[in-house]
Amino acid sequence: MSRGTSVRLQNLTKRFGRVVAVRDLDLEVNPGELVAFLGPSGCGKTTTLLMIAGIYRPTAGHVYFGDRRVDPLHPRDRDVGMVFQSYALYPHLTLFENIAFPLRLKRVPGEEVKRRVKATAELLGIGGILERRPAQVSGGQQQRAALARALVKEPQVLLLDEPLSNLDAQIRLSARAEIRRLQRELGVTAILVTHDQAEALAMADRVAVFSMGELQQYATPEELYHRPKNTFVAGFVGSPPMNLIEGEFTGDGFRSGELRLPLRQAPLGRGWLGVRPEHLRIAGEGHPARVLVVEPLGREAIVIVELFGHRLQILVAEGEKPAPDAEVRVAFPARALHYFDANGRRIGPE
Amino acid sequence: MRRYLTPFLFLGPASLLILLFFFTPVVATLLLSFTDLATTTFRHPSWVGLANYRDLFADPFLKKILANTARYVGLTLAFNVGMGLLLALVTSLVPENWGDPFRALWLLPRILPPVVYVFIWQGMLAEAPMGLVSDLLGVSKNWLVETPWVAVILANGFVGASFGMLIFTSAIRAIPRELFYAAAVDGATTLQTIRRVVIPMLAWPILFVTAYQTLSLLTSFEYILLLTDGGPGFYGTEVWSLHAYHLALSNYFGNVEFGLGAAMAAVLVVIGVVVSLFYLKIFNFRALVTEPKIEV
Repeated sequence: MSRGTSVRLQNLTKRFGRVVAVRDLDLEVNPGELVAFLGPSGCGKTTTLLMIAGIYRPTAGHVYFGDRRVDPLHPRDRDVGMVFQSYALYPHLTLFENIAFPLRLKRVPGEEVKRRVKATAELLGIGGILERRPAQVSGGQQQRAALARALVKEPQVLLLDEPLSNLDAQIRLSARAEIRRLQRELGVTAILVTHDQAEALAMADRVAVFSMGELQQYATPEELYHRPKNTFVAGFVGSPPMNLIEGEFTGDGFRSGELRLPLRQAPLGRGWLGVRPEHLRIAGEGHPARVLVVEPLGREAIVIVELFGHRLQILVAEGEKPAPDAEVRVAFPARALHYFDANGRRIGPE
Repeated sequence: MRRYLTPFLFLGPASLLILLFFFTPVVATLLLSFTDLATTTFRHPSWVGLANYRDLFADPFLKKILANTARYVGLTLAFNVGMGLLLALVTSLVPENWGDPFRALWLLPRILPPVVYVFIWQGMLAEAPMGLVSDLLGVSKNWLVETPWVAVILANGFVGASFGMLIFTSAIRAIPRELFYAAAVDGATTLQTIRRVVIPMLAWPILFVTAYQTLSLLTSFEYILLLTDGGPGFYGTEVWSLHAYHLALSNYFGNVEFGLGAAMAAVLVVIGVVVSLFYLKIFNFRALVTEPKIEV
């Protein structure tokens, strides 16, 4: 099947009346790459996807597929396949006719339609239920049919708008791997919109984090996790999220109330300390804290402690969890600390 | 016994109303149709059995009236449903601040009192210099006499189309937006989206409007009465229900024949029931009715 193209967004902006949904977005997706657009609802990720699909016209800026400028084109002239959160299967058509729909519109001969629909359906494991209507199959099967409809015309770009969020938790995990495998096999360039950071980190080559219509950071999952560019990314990526403490840089350290941490080179002024729950240690030495709640997760547990008036989440192994109300000591490993300035921008080595 | 008490109580009031205002008149009409009740026999009507029906079917003009009725119902129905669908599609495709006022405009004929509405039509169709149509066409004629059917169907259709328009518009709005997105990404033009996605999804509303309007057109005659009164000429646009009205309530000779009119109305009831059963069958009514959500 076809090899994907690159997708390039240039100064892309979308306004609805006075509301700016997407502001001045620059971003490039390499051929065959899977990129996730991650962010809370209303952050502009779906609006961006709909502009790439051609459903929305950008207020300003351009969209390129390879060298081809596509933003003036109708969706049908863009060669994209799309899967929607609700799957958007045509309820009056059988799964076969749903998948065949894009081919019928292209006036592909009947025999070839049959062959290609069969082949795509087999690839997705729904070859046996093609005569049923969407209402007669399960959510997982509907999702596969929607994916088959998007892939059957062998598009250069595959757009996935929250394709997994209507699935049961168990099927979701297998569908994740399935989509990733197919996308790699077919070599199609894919963009996945999701609000689930775990999904984005697990599936994508690179993740674009959105907030309030603006791109916050565009990086690999590892980079996002280890070097979040600002407090928004730090708080959004990772589960449970990073602990953020507002305080003051004193030149030789960070201070927030009675909490003081030494720093070799530190700026001056207000700012933030960030530390991931999995990096905090409940140890023999460190700052005194009191355990408020212990949430067992099975293999590990989230311990919520109060430390100098701050509430912190700490991830500990199941065997090491303290009792509620226990007095403990919490250690901040210097190498795992993140610092942000008063505007929330990361300070320190990039 | 107690099991049946609650449903009985709930269904009671509505059943009573149906019994009183629907069932009783039908029975009364049937009884009346077996008598020779008329102005001349008003104080001493006699039982005549099926004589009224015999007279009715022996009437040489019955065929023409039946053909008129089929033409009136068929063509007005086609206009109502087709125009309703067209209006709903067009007003849904354009931006809302254009579509909404346009739809409101189409409701005007329905809001106007029929007498005023028909008066406007008569004025428009009159000879020059009064008639707008004569003026515009440059040919001064009474178009109501020249083309009575066009006038009857359009006057009814302009009122009727707004019904379908409202039903179809809400049905179109109920289609999830993502289906339109999907169709666009799949490569469909606007016309292809309408033909392959929207219209198939409107199958039930279209059937409903067709069924409902067939029945109401069969029995409605007020616009024809006011517009042409069944003319021009001899029974030019006389339809079944109008003829029943003429026989029973407004006879040219002054001798109104209640019995004969009742027989005509009774036949119309039978036609209506047959048509309803036919529609219920293609509606697959049982499949449409969902299980009640509340236990009684």
